[in-house]
This record gives sequence, structure tokens and C-alpha cells, in this order.
Amino acid sequence: MFLPTMTDSNYFSVFSLPRKLALDTAALEKTYYAQSRKLHPDRFAAKPVAEQEAALAEASRLNDAYRTLKDPIARTEYLLTLEGVQLDEQSKQATDAAKTAGVAKKQIAPPELLEEVFELNMQLEEMRMNRKLGEDDPQLVKELQAAKANFEGMLAVIQTELEALWAKWDAGVDVDDAGAKDSAKKEMVALLNRRSYVRNLVRDVNEVLDA
Amino acid sequence: MAERIVGIDLGTTNSLIGFMQGTEPVIIPGEDGVNLVPSVVAVTPNGIAVGNAARATLLASPADAVYSAKRLMGRDLTDVQDELKFFPFRLAEDLKPGEVLRLKLGGREFTPPEISALVLQQLKKNAERFFGGPVNKAVVTVPAYFNDAQRQATKDAGRIAGLEIVRLVNEPTAAALAYGLDKKRDGLIAVYDFGGGTFDISILKLHEGIFEVISTNGDTHLGGDDIDNLFITIALEDIAGDLKVDLRGNGEVLQALRKSVIEAKIALSSKEIATLDVTLPDGRKYLREITRAQFEQLVAPVIARTAAPCRQALKDAQLTPEQIDEVVLVGGSTRIPAVRALVDEVFALGARGRKPHTELNPDEVVTLGAAVQADILAGGSVATEELLLLDITPLSLGIEALGGVVAKIIPRNSTIPASATEHFTTGVDGQTNVAIHVVQGERELASDCRSLARFDLKNIPPMTAGIPRIEVKFLIDANGILHVSAREQRSGQEAEIDVKPTYGLTDEQVETMILASFDYAEQDLANRQVIEARNEAETIIAAVEKGTGHPAWQQLTPEEFDQIANARQHLDVVKKGTDYKAIRDAIDALDRATRRFAELMMDSAVTSAIKGQTMEAAGASMGVAPTAPHAFAPAEFEKEEKK
Repeated sequence: MFLPTMTDSNYFSVFSLPRKLALDTAALEKTYYAQSRKLHPDRFAAKPVAEQEAALAEASRLNDAYRTLKDPIARTEYLLTLEGVQLDEQSKQATDAAKTAGVAKKQIAPPELLEEVFELNMQLEEMRMNRKLGEDDPQLVKELQAAKANFEGMLAVIQTELEALWAKWDAGVDVDDAGAKDSAKKEMVALLNRRSYVRNLVRDVNEVLDA
Repeated sequence: MAERIVGIDLGTTNSLIGFMQGTEPVIIPGEDGVNLVPSVVAVTPNGIAVGNAARATLLASPADAVYSAKRLMGRDLTDVQDELKFFPFRLAEDLKPGEVLRLKLGGREFTPPEISALVLQQLKKNAERFFGGPVNKAVVTVPAYFNDAQRQATKDAGRIAGLEIVRLVNEPTAAALAYGLDKKRDGLIAVYDFGGGTFDISILKLHEGIFEVISTNGDTHLGGDDIDNLFITIALEDIAGDLKVDLRGNGEVLQALRKSVIEAKIALSSKEIATLDVTLPDGRKYLREITRAQFEQLVAPVIARTAAPCRQALKDAQLTPEQIDEVVLVGGSTRIPAVRALVDEVFALGARGRKPHTELNPDEVVTLGAAVQADILAGGSVATEELLLLDITPLSLGIEALGGVVAKIIPRNSTIPASATEHFTTGVDGQTNVAIHVVQGERELASDCRSLARFDLKNIPPMTAGIPRIEVKFLIDANGILHVSAREQRSGQEAEIDVKPTYGLTDEQVETMILASFDYAEQDLANRQVIEARNEAETIIAAVEKGTGHPAWQQLTPEEFDQIANARQHLDVVKKGTDYKAIRDAIDALDRATRRFAELMMDSAVTSAIKGQTMEAAGASMGVAPTAPHAFAPAEFEKEEKK
């Protein structure tokens, strides 16, 4: 039976997995269910308080690990954090900078998207105006829907690119190639930033369309 | 043998209690043989009444009864403004925002957890009568969409009632468990739970006995009550127009109208037409026919409000309606045909040739599931050994960050128990306190979320700003309730944490309420004794009065007449007071004074039909036949009283 120790454990070790990113989620689920049967607090309801508390800590750790690892993005972000990348810090720096400047926090648009984002922002503004005035512009709605489809397509491409980087990372782990690992790490950070930017665009379009 | 654990559905409108009998969950009926215990509490001259007994008070004297108190659990004054428009809750006048609500009832004040505790106590009593032994542990269900404060309030109610709540289970999850018990089928199911006061939708994945909740959504203030309120509002307008009388402030008429509206609503689930029939204070009658079509048009907006949470739950689970294998209907409101039509549409059931599950009584299914979970917690049985519930937290947990924005630390739909660890530091040199504000909800700004707790990390060793590293662990347990612990890592010092709930009762308050409920119990007993003694006094005086017409009366001596007259007059005086012992003594005195008279009566009746009867049997005919052996035997009166 596995027993994660609280001091030296990360979410990968909770499942006795190496720190690799390509993951068989069906196998992960199977292990998760089996471990839940052993560790869930329901199994300890009639046990002494000390055992109940230990089970609670282990079960929550198991759930936290499963929640993080089953999701491809959360898994990647978690691994990068484990590897010393301070994803939070980047966002914190942006927040601090925005606060100092007294403006709303903005993500820097990836250069290759500048043109599209510029046009999208114009359309979004127009659409918000229309809503306010109660006007209807079916052509604009159509354009926004097209833009949304375009960005959603980008997200799908990003997913494929991310999986390629997983393979690059995992291969680096297998042969213990620090250089390959490092470059995969940097590329993943850049890709995740790009992804989060595109995802926010989709969210903005949805907000305007659903309004 | 493991300790007995019961399952309880503490509902807005009705509550039930059940247990696992062998391989099957069953409901324990109340003394009146009815399974449903209305969640109504009344203060009557005879003490506190709960359930059907309290319902009579609700109609006769609405100010002395309260119902739907679940709507107030874990909420404060600002939360409940909408409820107050429709529910006759009489809140204490001195309430402040953020304070636990207090309701005025029969000259006392009760918090919502105390009202719920009285309902729990009644259910506990019913179970103890059924088992002939104590019941101290229970699994209690709550709406899946209940927040931390509402869950905590429910746990407090258990403590006040002297019932240890070993687990809070989400209502739709419990329902799934009740259905899953004999099905043992794998797949994706949706539980649509539309009850008296709350609406929940949960999507579960069933796999070899594991019930994994994937997503949940809902509205803790949307239920059959809202349909009734809408109906009542329309009827009041109708009455104002037709009969030119405004009855909005009249509690008794409102209760009668509510009763009539509910009856019509229920009738319209099976009939095409129903009639509202209410007698107004001036004796006029309000009669109004409603067709099902009219009713459906009226309530469509309420029913439609359940669609968006369903779609959100599907979206969160990353599923399309067509991927849902089965839909389970729970809660009395799912009997309404228009509700079933909406479910059919949202989950494309008819289009796929499917029907929702309604085999189990929608009023009882949650209790049955709670009983199954109780069995699992008690150590399991053949029927439940393979079963395991993996439930989730319905709302995201977050911390208020700079600028009032929320930093989410545990996202909604996370399997519980779940935890998150956050690090905090100081912003000023030498700072020894850090304030943390924990919120629950999906909005970006903390002010738009539900505030759970504000606490201070105290006694941080003074250091340069930014150097202390305080690790705070947030843990949501299997009941969906938050626990917080903290440690300063640089100095290795455990920081003392003062977790002050933003809403809810403190431990001390709960302790006091436990004692208070004992006091009430004693006071209630004392009241009841006085009332019983008074009734007994009335009966004995009436019997003496009747006895004066008996031939044996003439055989008494003048002294005996005096003694009887004095004792009778004395009883007449003390029975008006509240001193139980004085009344009791006076009854005994009159009883002694009339003893010879009773013997004389018995002698004169020695050949009558009572010959050979036991004292008890003769006593039963007391008051009817003056020939009873000793018409004033107190024991017999008590028997009469208890009928």
C-alpha cells in the first residue's frame, strides 16, 4: 500500500509517478478510485480521532493530487512550479506593475496576435455600444462568432503544441538531459502565457455575445 | 455491534428519518404513523409542538408557529430581505447585519439552528420510540449548493438537539445513492432535486460502486415555496380586485390561502382543473377555478430558473445532455408535469426515448440515501460494502487579495476533502499581525462573494517586511466545512489563529443553547403538568357537582358537607394559579373529603351492573354513571387525560 509522507511528497509521488507530463488518465483514475476506497474519511468514521485526522489529511492530499494531475493545464503548471518556475510571481509582477501605473492589469499581447487583437477590440467595443443603444447588427455578431471560432481553433493548436513539448520534456527526463528539459520548460511557459491570453479573448467574446 | 446511525432529511417543508434495515433503507414513521414530519415548530400553551401537531397552530394562530426556517440557516439580515416579503418570519427588532438571526415565537426568541434542532429532536424521539433505545448519531442531508455557513448552522442544530451529525451529505448525492443501491449500473447520471425551498442539480459518474460527483449547481432559494408565493400574490390581487379587500397583512387568511394554494397545486399535477376556496374574515368566500394551463403559465418563470444551473453543471462536467445516461427526479416539486417537461427538454430525454427515474417516492428518496450513507459510516454491511461517495464542494474557496479581488485557492467542483496551502507575509517592518479574509463564491470581487471568515495571524515575530513566511492551510472536510491552520516558517513558530466566523454561532453560543433547550424542556414539562392538573381539577369539581344530585349525597353529615365545600372552594382558587403542587394537594384534599360519599354511592349501587368490574373498568365509565365505585380516583382521571 502506498502512504505518501507529508514532508517529501509531491502530487506525482502521491501516485508513484515520475515527474513526466504525458499521462494515462484512465490508469490515473483507476489508481485514484482504488486509493479512495482505502483512504476516504468514510472508511474511518468508527476509528479513533487520531486515525480519522490522519485519513483526512491523506484523503485531501490524494484529491488535491488527482484534481491537479488529471487536468492537462493544471498538471503542466504544477510541474513547472515544482521545477522552480514562479508562475504566480509573473502574474504578481504584472499586478504590481499595473497598480503602480494605476491602470487595469493587462497581459502583453503576443506580437503575432497584435493585428487580430486590435480588430477584435474594435468589434467588441462596437458590440458593447450596440447593446447599450439597443441596436442590432447581425453582421457584427457573425464576425464576432467567426473570431471566436478562430481563437478556439488557436486553443486547439496550442493544445497540440503543448503535447509536443510534453514529449520533449519527458524525453529529457528519460535521458536526464538538463539542456533539453530547460528549453522545454521555457517553451512551455511561453506557450501557457499565449494560451491564457487567447483564452481570455474567448472569454471576452463570450461575455459580449451572451450579454 | 457498531453504534446505530440514522439518516435524516432535514427539509424546508418536511423532514424524515430512516435507517438501514438489513439490506434495505426504510423510513421510520412518527407516532401518528406518518412518515413526513412537517418542518413546522409551534409554541403552544402545552409547550413546544413540532410537525403535524404544530401545523394546527400554524393555521389557528400563525404568530406562534414557524415554517421554512431552513431558508434562514446560516444567513443574516441583509441576506433574507427577499424572503421576508413572502414569509411571515417575525425577526427580533434589534438584529444587526452579520448577526445570527433570531425569530420571535410565542414570546421567546429562537435562532434558525434552534428551530431546526427542535425538528431534529422530534425525529430523534420518533426513532427512539421505534427502536426502544437511544439514538445519538445521524447523517443529515443538506442542499448540495449550501455554503459553509449554512452547513455549519446545520451542524450546530445537531449539537443543540443532542445529536452528533457524523456526516453532512448533499441531498442529490444521497438520492443517487438510494437509486444506485439496487441498480449497480455504471454510467453518468444527473440528479434534478427540486424541493420545497431549494434547487440542486448534480452530475455523477457511477463506477463499480463509486459515486463520483463531477459537478453540481443550484439555487438555495428556489423551490415549491416560490411557486406557492407567486400563486398567493396573484390570488391576493384577485381578491383585492373582486372583493375589494386587502388581506396582505392578515396572517390567518394568508395561512388559509397558502393551504388552499398548495392543495390546488398538488391537485393540478393529476387533474386539469382545481379550485381555490378560502373564507375571508367577513364571512365571504373566495372561490376561483384554475386550469392546469393557467397554472403552468403562471409558474413558468419559476420553473425556468432551474434550466440555467442544469446547463452550467453540464458545462462544468464537460458533458453534453446526450451523454447523460439517466436522470433521477427528487423533491415534491418534480411531481409537477411542467417541471418534468423542462427536465425532458434540458436532457433531451424524450428525443432519445428515455424517461426520468421516479420509481422511488421523491419525498423519501433523500432520506433513504442518507440511511445508506449512515450504514456505510457505521462500518458497512453486505449491501453497502462496495459503495463509496466522492462528493464535491459546490463553491470556489478564495482569499481576498489586494484591491478586493479574489484569489481562488480551491475551485468549485473539487472532490472533498480538499486542501490548499497559501503563503503570506508582512508589508511593514515589525508587523506582527496579518489579516486574512476567506470568501466563497464565483465572482471576481470579494464583496460579491459570500464572506466566510476573517481571521488574524497573530504573534508573528517582528521581522523586516516581506521576510516572515506564514503557511496557512485551508482544508474543506468531507462535510464541506472549512478548517484553517497556520504556521510561521522562518521562526518555526506556530502562529495563533483566531478564526472568527463572519456568520454563525460561536461555540459558546451553541453550548448555551444546548443548556437552554434543557431549560425549555423542563419548563415545558412544568407547564404541561400544571395544565394536566388543572384539567383534572375541573373534572373532579364537575363530578362533585353532579354527585350532589345522587341520593347518597343526602346521607352525608353537616361536617362532611363543610369539608367538601371547603376543599372544593380551595381547589377552585388554586387551580387558577400555576403552582402544580398546590393544585395537586387541593385535588387530593377534595378527593379525601369525598371518599365516604364515594363509598356510600358504591353501597347504594351494590347490585348494579358494575358489580364484578375492576376498579379501572369502572373508572372508565366515571362521570357518566354516578354509580362508579370511587368516581374521584385520581389515577383514573390521568388516564382520561392522556387519551
